[in-house]
Amino acid sequence: MTVTDQSPLAPVSAGTAVADRPARRRLTPYVLLLPGVAWLAIFFVVPMLFLASQSLQQGTLETGYSLTWHVATYADALSTFSSQFLRSFMYAGIATVLALLIGYPLAYTIAFKVGRWKNLLLVLVIAPFFTSFLIRTLAWQTILSGQGPVVAFFQKSGLMALLRAVHLVNSDQLLSTPFAVIMGLTYNFLPFMTLPLYASLERIDLRLLEAGSDLYAKPFTAFRKVTWPLSLPGVVAGTLLTFIPAAGDYINSKLLGNPNTTMIGQVIDGQFLRVLDYPTAAALSFSLMVTIVVLVVVYVRRAGTEELV
Amino acid sequence: MSVLIWGIVVIDLLLVGGLALRAQLVGRGGVRWLREHVVIVAALLAFEYMLLPNVVVILFSFNKPNGRFNYTWNRFSLDAWLHPCNAAGMCDSLGLSLRIGLAATVAATILGTLIAFALGRHRFRGRSATNLLIFMPMATPEVVMGSSLLTLFLNLRIPLGQTAILIAHIMFCLSFVVVTVKARIAGMDPRLEQAAADLYANETQTFLRITLPLVAPGIAAGALLAFSLSFDDYIITNFNATTQSITFPMYIWGAAQRGTPVQINVIGTLMFLVALAAVVIGQSVGTRRKA
Repeated sequence: MTVTDQSPLAPVSAGTAVADRPARRRLTPYVLLLPGVAWLAIFFVVPMLFLASQSLQQGTLETGYSLTWHVATYADALSTFSSQFLRSFMYAGIATVLALLIGYPLAYTIAFKVGRWKNLLLVLVIAPFFTSFLIRTLAWQTILSGQGPVVAFFQKSGLMALLRAVHLVNSDQLLSTPFAVIMGLTYNFLPFMTLPLYASLERIDLRLLEAGSDLYAKPFTAFRKVTWPLSLPGVVAGTLLTFIPAAGDYINSKLLGNPNTTMIGQVIDGQFLRVLDYPTAAALSFSLMVTIVVLVVVYVRRAGTEELV
Repeated sequence: MSVLIWGIVVIDLLLVGGLALRAQLVGRGGVRWLREHVVIVAALLAFEYMLLPNVVVILFSFNKPNGRFNYTWNRFSLDAWLHPCNAAGMCDSLGLSLRIGLAATVAATILGTLIAFALGRHRFRGRSATNLLIFMPMATPEVVMGSSLLTLFLNLRIPLGQTAILIAHIMFCLSFVVVTVKARIAGMDPRLEQAAADLYANETQTFLRITLPLVAPGIAAGALLAFSLSFDDYIITNFNATTQSITFPMYIWGAAQRGTPVQINVIGTLMFLVALAAVVIGQSVGTRRKA
């Protein structure tokens, strides 16, 4: 222990007494933190304050803006774009559930069923990232387009009728429909779901499952009582990493959807860069941020996992 | 397209059917095999869902489209591969993305690694606040980060363009580097450093000879992640760019409206192959070292 106590490199868990250290050592972490934390403070935190302030300002591009605490901008913006706002959360929510349903068997298989192929399959999970995701989303236009085999399969199998019944598709095509947007969101964020799931599944001690079956648990009971609870941190991390970017995304809705699938990100982008109505755009952007923070806090509380990072 | 999809379906049926049949023949029951391996079949389908677009991108890099858009198969051609820079403006945007990607990676990796060492190796006041600050950018939608940076730049009259993009990229890559390197530091055996100290290595020697080499794979992984995030970003970049600073994703976005040159698929395929090769080589070097 004496060695550990003298070393500044000693891990936190080794429990060095802070008071014993010379002042220089106590300053070390702050020196290490300073440049990066300053960067995040100036280019992440401060812009958020500017965003909040911008949303409460009035004026025009020509005359300039002044802070008037005009809260009505929020009411106007949210009522005008309420359908896009709700749609974003609905699409993101459905995509997250689908990604969990698809990603869980995937992560489970890689963690428990493939033995020495594990590393190769993990590479395949991140392999899609190696091609720009805009190019891949454009590839879905090819896959889902016109009279392709996927459309034919959906028509013949009755899936198309089912999708039409729940209004995810409105005619006999898949491209430019809510279905295509949700499918694209699920696809794009699936690795963000799979990797945290894998990380938590891989850590499970297999002897726990053996103990379960020794105690006459059927495979499904063992899964429900042992594997699933132990994988919950991965489920929480994966769903957050899928839901948050999906709620703000507008690339899928722009490239795979139609004007009736517009999501809130598209509106914010348009208000900022084309309409140039900065207060409205800022109010929408800030509302999106606050809504997501509230949802995440409630969700994490309910899931009971504080350990996120 | 039809050929591709049918090909995949046939391979799946042969694979799953063959394995079930083998189980049947060795007397373990084909249906039972299927029931026990349903999760693997689901995983197989999930993999195909994930990788199908990549296959399409590669195939369509050999297409000679009939019109401005490369969405339907016309006929085989090597044109795009032989003249990758023939698409107007594409190689310029690619160059810009590579430059911004490299600069952002270097900066984010240095800043992020320093933070990771502070968090992984020191106990100090403000630790949890720092953790929260690191977590927040990862939990914020890109559209919010992009638009808030835009309001900052507009209000302070900082010109948009390459520098603004670089600033933004360093910001959103930073957290991912911290998390990756921190995980590596947390997974290290502290006894190795104690052993070095026992053998009379001073702090600098211990750090350079023991700590840094052990953390290096984590730093490399963080840098790779930072580069791919930066290279691939569209939403944040779009908020802070001008018409003079078109990055590669912005170029693709524009092409999606005007007409998609086949060269885009060539670059997509090349990136895919280079990255795949890098990962495979990296892994085989890693396993050889362990052995």
